[in-house]
Amino acid sequence: MTAELGQLALIFALLMAAVQAFFPLAGAALRLPAWVAVARPAARAQALFLAVSFYCLVQSFVVNDFSVRYVAEHSNSALPLFYRIAAAWGAHEGSVLLWALILGLWTAAVSLFNRALSEIFTARVLGVLGLVSVGILAFILFTSNPFDRLLPAPPDGNDLNPLLQDFGLAVHPPMLYMGYVGMAVPFAFAIAALMSGTLDIAWARWSRPWTLVAWSFLTLGITLGSWWAYYELGWGGWWFWDPVENASFMPWLMATALIHSLAVTEKRGAFKVWTVLLAIFAFSLSLLGMFLVRSGVLVSVHAFANDPERGLFILAFLGLVIGASLLLYAIRAPAVKDHARFHWFSREALLLVNNVLLVVAAASVLLGTLYPLVLDALGLGKISVGPPYFGSVFAPVTAPLFLLAGIGPLVAWRRDDPARLWRQVRWLVPISLTAAAVIAALWFRVGDLVTLAFLATAFWLGATALLPWWQRLRRREGWRGLRQPAGFYGMTLAHFGLAVFLVGVGVSNHYSVERTVRLAPGDSAELGGYRFLFQGVRAFDGPNYGADEGIFEVYRDGERVAVLRPQKRFYRVQRNVMTEAAIDPGLRRDLYVALGEPLEGDAWSVRLYVKPAVRWIWLGGLLMMAGGLLAAADRRYRTARATAAVPVSVNATA
Amino acid sequence: MKWGIALLALLLALPASAGIEVRQFPDPELETRYQNLIEQLRCLVCQNQSLADSNADLAEDLRDEVYTMLLAGKRDAEIVDFLVNRYGDFVLYKPPVKKTTWLLWFGPFAALGLGGILIWRIGKKRRPEPPPPLSDAERRRLEKLLQDHGSDDS
Amino acid sequence: MLKYLLPLGLFAALLILLGIGLTLNPREVPSPLVGRPAPTFTLPRLDDPETPFDSAEQLRGRVSLFNVWASWCVACRQEHPFLMQLARQGVTIYGLDYKDTREAGLRWIERLGNPYRAVAFDAAGKVAIDWGVYGVPETFVIDKQGVIRYKHIGPITPKDWEEKLGPLVDYLEKQP
Repeated sequence: MTAELGQLALIFALLMAAVQAFFPLAGAALRLPAWVAVARPAARAQALFLAVSFYCLVQSFVVNDFSVRYVAEHSNSALPLFYRIAAAWGAHEGSVLLWALILGLWTAAVSLFNRALSEIFTARVLGVLGLVSVGILAFILFTSNPFDRLLPAPPDGNDLNPLLQDFGLAVHPPMLYMGYVGMAVPFAFAIAALMSGTLDIAWARWSRPWTLVAWSFLTLGITLGSWWAYYELGWGGWWFWDPVENASFMPWLMATALIHSLAVTEKRGAFKVWTVLLAIFAFSLSLLGMFLVRSGVLVSVHAFANDPERGLFILAFLGLVIGASLLLYAIRAPAVKDHARFHWFSREALLLVNNVLLVVAAASVLLGTLYPLVLDALGLGKISVGPPYFGSVFAPVTAPLFLLAGIGPLVAWRRDDPARLWRQVRWLVPISLTAAAVIAALWFRVGDLVTLAFLATAFWLGATALLPWWQRLRRREGWRGLRQPAGFYGMTLAHFGLAVFLVGVGVSNHYSVERTVRLAPGDSAELGGYRFLFQGVRAFDGPNYGADEGIFEVYRDGERVAVLRPQKRFYRVQRNVMTEAAIDPGLRRDLYVALGEPLEGDAWSVRLYVKPAVRWIWLGGLLMMAGGLLAAADRRYRTARATAAVPVSVNATA
Repeated sequence: MKWGIALLALLLALPASAGIEVRQFPDPELETRYQNLIEQLRCLVCQNQSLADSNADLAEDLRDEVYTMLLAGKRDAEIVDFLVNRYGDFVLYKPPVKKTTWLLWFGPFAALGLGGILIWRIGKKRRPEPPPPLSDAERRRLEKLLQDHGSDDS
Repeated sequence: MLKYLLPLGLFAALLILLGIGLTLNPREVPSPLVGRPAPTFTLPRLDDPETPFDSAEQLRGRVSLFNVWASWCVACRQEHPFLMQLARQGVTIYGLDYKDTREAGLRWIERLGNPYRAVAFDAAGKVAIDWGVYGVPETFVIDKQGVIRYKHIGPITPKDWEEKLGPLVDYLEKQP
């Protein structure tokens, strides 16, 4: 019964999405207030139906209803409750439903909070979001229905992929989808603005908080994914340039460009057309990622089950949504007037450079990700594009970005004096370099140029991020100087997070050490100043798996600093062997042990890592996310709602 | 037919437990080279993993090959060639620079250059407004001034 | 106007390429060995460890299929009946038993029939590496000069035979 209810709610949601798309858009075009007024209630109703539908799916998992095919294929009665719930989005069908639900929630949020803009503009935004919903819900109902029955019902289910039975991966998809799908909101704002014809700056202002929140979730989602890959895939890396990772990274880069470009559009009325294009690109890359992950055109560690039929559907959807948007852009953009002027040395100019660099970076990732596919499609052979390629192309493109991110916020709008800026920051250059050298020398004893460059860049970014605060403190003689809008705090925090991230990347990439050794109980191995003492292996019994659990005591200077218990698990239902690494985390270093194979006697092959500062990578990601949320919480986006400003003209430019 | 291969891949490649083998190296430099090589070579049967990261049977065999060749004193390039001759460019995570990959390798830098030109052009177009046009009287005065100083300025 | 159409144009091109991509199999890696003389090797025969299988001698003078298989390979089992049928039609098939045990390989032949003129036994899988084998079953088409002309990855189905392998073998038969 529950499954049928879920199915029914899904169908209602599709109908409601169609209503939400048709009436407001048609009403806005034909000036029919009654039709325009449909937008908000329809959006909320659609979200409600989706919530019911999703609840029904989760409930089917909770009560182990194996007559539902999707449940039977991805759950098991021995699976702990938490993972049974998470299994609802553990595979293709359920995860698209989650995607749709999150889109519904974003839409409902827009209908609730977007009071500042005219009814017609809001109706258009909701209408565009409704169109996207229609596509996704049709996709679910026609190609990926999670409520299909399996009769006769099997006595028990196939269990969830053991890789996914993990806290990090249970929470990673919802966060990531909040980001991916959230990009639909600035996209809808941009399309609505194009439909209205006049790209006044109100849409830029009001799509900023949405973009920031979506970007923050995307940042969090990617950070969680990287953290999960680090501890769960069992080989200590944190980023593999896998197509699926790239699929999340490209929209992130584009959204980062969008955040910065929106600032220029809002503050100075410049780059309007460009900002609209970025909003379209950011969402396009979200959808492209969905296509890459779910169609099977690329081979990836993380890909879903492949199905060309689904691929074709998403491709058609992608073509319609993005094609129509770009067509609308081509029609409307030429008429947009953009008079803002600025000097070559100004905040605008630097943000333009920022945008170009970020877009080139995203394009490079896109090129590397799709190149094997393109060559193959043209019959020019098969190649692989992996980490060595991205490493050598991505670094030179992004290096100037990091350096400019330091001075960008210090430069005035319209026009500034390079000499003035130089006076301000010149002492930061030697300080950054010296600090980097000292840290490298003290902390790691050996120095090399690449790491030094990473550290110096990080110090530069950190110092320049804090400089305005320091100056305000001095100039205004007191804490009052610190009373700045949340947006400014957010930006500082995010740039500071970038610095922290760079420290993590530079240090952990270069100073990590690893060793594969054969250890019998009582043996120990030295690595990076630590002694790993192997105490032996004992049997461990989990809820749906059995495991060999190794016990390692780690000593430094004769003192025990950690006991690590890596496991080698055997999942009974899926008959899968998995290594579960054990980690002693720390800001200074991670100690990481993975159990290999049993060798002759009681000995095991074991891989040991010492990874300095690796945690800073994710700490940086979290700081960036917090910065984004803080900026979104700026009072301007709330107080101005009461004064309900800027009406948006519905007249197209003549 | 496709499902046959998919099934095969399932049999051969169970992800999520890296190949952990103990190997003895006469010197640490050789070990570093070994690690670098197996990280840059792609496991053919896996879901986009390097030889280092995979515990597939074939990956293990190929690691053995690499190890044996290293101990036999082969250069890195020779080892890479050995694999490319058998499996094609597909095994290289760093694709070779040739005609079909020019766009891949130089595209990003070309885009960077293009971006640079774009910034320069926008910068020129967006320069702050020039002062308002001169009146006729002003222009005559300017011309006169230029004539007076023109010779040593240009 | 034109510059505003540029994004749409680029997107359309991308869409077409992605569409073509959908029809391709990303797992199939073409072999660089096609067009080159087959790698030579000498291995013991599966049925008799004392008799060598000398590739330079066997894979030459007639058009043949060189089929890599193993008793533990599920897809090979699916392919086997069709290989039997081809053998009955008079197609010359050689086999390479890959990373198998002799007993299991022999039992397989005994139980399911032997389509092979001779089977080389590659317990360590070294010869398979020389041939660029990355999954079983794989089948190479070898011409009269001992040159590899085609590599088929995965089990051969009647459709594959009709469309690709059969015509190629017929064509090669007519060559000197």
